[in-house]
Amino acid sequence: MSDALTSLDRPNSYIGRSVPRPNAKRLLAGRGRYVTDIVLPRMLHAAFVRSPYAHARIVSIDTEAAQRMPGVRLVATGKDIARVCKPWVGTLDHFKGMKSPPQLPLPLDKVVWSGQAVVAVVADTRALAEDAAEAVVVEFEELPVVVDIDAARAPGSPVISPELGDNVCFHGKIDTGGIDDIFASAAHVVDEEFHFGRHTAVTMEPRAIIADYDPNEMRLTAHHATQTPYQFQDIYSRHFGIPEANVRVIAPDIGGSFGMKLHVYHEDMAIVGLSMILGRPVKYVADRIESFVSDIHARDHRVRARMALDADGTILAMDVDDVTAVGPFSAYPRTSVVEGNQVFRLIGTPYRFQNYRADLQVVFQNKVQMSQYRAVGHPIAFAVTERLVDMAAAKVGLDPVEIRSRNLIPDDAYPCAGPAGYKFEALSHHVCLARLREMMDYDRLRAEQIELRKQNIYRGIGVASFVEISNPGPAFYGVGGARISSQDGAVLTITPSGDVRCAISVTELGQGTETIIGQIIGEHLGVDRERIKVITGDTETTPHGGAVWACRGAGIGGEAALGAARKLKENVISLAGSILQEQPDKLDVRAGWIVDADTGRQRIELSEIARIAYFRSDTLPPGVQAQLTVAHHYAPQGYPFAFTNGIQASHVELDVETGFVKILKHWVVEDCGRIINPLLVDEQMRGGVVQGLGAAFFEECTYNETGQLTNGSLADYLVPMAVEMPDIEIAHVETPTLDTELGAKGCGEAGTAASPAAALNAVNDAMAPFGASIAQLPMTPARILKALGRIS
Amino acid sequence: MSTPVNISLTVNGEMVSRNVTPRETLADFLRISLELTGTHMGCEMGVCGACLVLLDGQVVHSCLMFAVQAGGSVVETIEGLTERAVIADIQDAFHQRNALQCGFCTPGMLMTAYALLSRPGIPSRDDIRDALSGNYCRCTGYESIVDAIETVARRRVLAGRQLEEAGA
Repeated sequence: MSDALTSLDRPNSYIGRSVPRPNAKRLLAGRGRYVTDIVLPRMLHAAFVRSPYAHARIVSIDTEAAQRMPGVRLVATGKDIARVCKPWVGTLDHFKGMKSPPQLPLPLDKVVWSGQAVVAVVADTRALAEDAAEAVVVEFEELPVVVDIDAARAPGSPVISPELGDNVCFHGKIDTGGIDDIFASAAHVVDEEFHFGRHTAVTMEPRAIIADYDPNEMRLTAHHATQTPYQFQDIYSRHFGIPEANVRVIAPDIGGSFGMKLHVYHEDMAIVGLSMILGRPVKYVADRIESFVSDIHARDHRVRARMALDADGTILAMDVDDVTAVGPFSAYPRTSVVEGNQVFRLIGTPYRFQNYRADLQVVFQNKVQMSQYRAVGHPIAFAVTERLVDMAAAKVGLDPVEIRSRNLIPDDAYPCAGPAGYKFEALSHHVCLARLREMMDYDRLRAEQIELRKQNIYRGIGVASFVEISNPGPAFYGVGGARISSQDGAVLTITPSGDVRCAISVTELGQGTETIIGQIIGEHLGVDRERIKVITGDTETTPHGGAVWACRGAGIGGEAALGAARKLKENVISLAGSILQEQPDKLDVRAGWIVDADTGRQRIELSEIARIAYFRSDTLPPGVQAQLTVAHHYAPQGYPFAFTNGIQASHVELDVETGFVKILKHWVVEDCGRIINPLLVDEQMRGGVVQGLGAAFFEECTYNETGQLTNGSLADYLVPMAVEMPDIEIAHVETPTLDTELGAKGCGEAGTAASPAAALNAVNDAMAPFGASIAQLPMTPARILKALGRIS
Repeated sequence: MSTPVNISLTVNGEMVSRNVTPRETLADFLRISLELTGTHMGCEMGVCGACLVLLDGQVVHSCLMFAVQAGGSVVETIEGLTERAVIADIQDAFHQRNALQCGFCTPGMLMTAYALLSRPGIPSRDDIRDALSGNYCRCTGYESIVDAIETVARRRVLAGRQLEEAGA
């Protein structure tokens, strides 16, 4: 009988099991509590007067009429808030030579993008604040606008921040040497110029913050819709001069973040300042139009790239030039260079070749700031790489799967490093490729494609390999001087009833952090997960940590929880040994009972141990002090990042008359190491894929030549909706990282990392019979028709 | 123009009477005056579906109508449907299938699901996707939501048949 049992049949064997999220039930009942929903006593509401110009000098501000409007409590300008807030600069030391001007919540003398907040109005209601905002008169004097990336770098271009000398934020180079010679003598060379538009997170819940400053105790409580409360605790403390221990940041239920809600925003800093000036709680919730002009945008790259191959289709080298535009300054505190840095370091990484040259220029312009959003840099890197691989396959005369099979890093070649310096512990590209081929029935789809073309039905198949950065150590931000933690901490307690409470620094955004932490603790402590309460998102009640970004929640937070569970279990067993007069190594904890390790015979219930410890310590042997609370921290050591890998495929049908693309199906095979909850991992994949497909087909922040966003509403900016999205089939390969006991890597960004690449290849494959090609995202119907030569 | 107007209406089975300003949307009225914060606002222009409520039995965007227009009506929000337990099976299917992440779109999704599943028969996956196309979700990629609704549709038809058979 024991033969039929798997590890999942043991009591409390939760790791690897699909269990639903206990905390989802209140959301389903409409009982979520988002910042948007929170009301505090004497709370006021803020609205902002925004710049209609992309670049202008502020000549004068007249707030007199606004101040007299009903319900108005304060009208504040840049000067007012600068008195309480120190400026910030979005640079990191490890990006040598990068520069960015100092920023303040509201500008003092000029505006640098259209939509920038200029004046804050605080009133009894949001409606009254908006009424008064309309009565504020700001006189602007327009300045020359810098929009285009080439014009921004041209000699004589207007410089947005004259003190910096030019509009170049950062210039990076990678060169392994001899690239020109390799290209000159290569049997095959393919090249392309790619354009990737700006898009944005469009979280369902817009940005929201309530700052509540109590001048009596110099205490700031910020209810802040963010994924990184500890980072903001540090920032509010330092920039507003409040002792860190007096700053409490609470991130309750968050209505989507995807990297967007971890950056410093001018309005949010202004709200903290306004609350300090007023000594009352002040709330700000961005409306959707404000979100479009003030949330970070993502991507915005022009990449020129070429690939050299030998006669057999072996990739020899890549040569890349990426120019990315980031707005008028670099975002704080993570900078706007990370996106481009990851593009030019990730290009080509699934493949064996070691010759690489890349140039990265990060450029300032008069648009809203660009910075990290889900899958930072990855979608660009793999769209460029994978498209060139497909172009090379066509040139050499190989099937796209075959050329990948010849060039992907062999599964037995690890550990190894890529030409840009990334180190890979163990990846599974070939297993994934084989699995994908089988899962999608690749050969049948190819045969069907040929048949359907005879009926003028044009289907395309696109394949895209990828790697994903996860579990980042301090190499990511800490070494550059950012006060962003790479460690996470957990405090684990057995309560008097024998329940378990875990306060942990990784945060919940609906991805299931609390669920997986509960699973890990349940398994390693030996208790039912129904008895475990996981607490997140409050700097006052949880240990300081990195929280969630760059796919670190499971790998780093999970390892911290595992360590805490181990420690606590040791304490419980030691105490039980004292009570039972038994050797601790003969005992174990299972399903909330202390049992004989060998036989599983139940000896004493955990609740009874807790009762004795808390209420009858007099019955313990002399000298025994129960330790039913433990703390454990974990920071990654070993590899700087735990790379994951995988492959995706997209199957599309192109209507060559209209340029419309129907996405028929999408497949993902991914390897994120040890899977804690397959249900949640699959849903991270699917959601990620769809965000990538949005970027591939629909989403783009369009600007005109004066730097005005021309589609800043949800009626004009297209997001993927249910009817356009395909069913997505997912399979897993598990190569655990050996850097941790848990073995988990991240999975939140893999879907987004390569779905645009797969889609780009699929559309190009569908167009192939017409000799047409496209290298711009999003692939709108108009761009597709243009590529097909049907419109000019 | 800004003089408050008194309205009376039924919300989640309770008669309520309040003064509202003419410019106040039904969504703001529900969220702020009645503290029914399960109704969410994502776009304030009738695109995203987070604010859907039932008005006299019809699914409507509460951000697109004024509170004064709802005077005399019967309004039901996610809180009301939950308390009446008429969507308990849909909520359970969403929970089991993890058809939500951040949960911000979820009340609106459940409104659409409630309306769709009130029609006879089992909708196809395409029908479900079509019905959901006024509900924006940034987290899930939609498939799990389609799965959950499909599951409930099948279960309800099956339960109906079993009831018929038992009755016959």
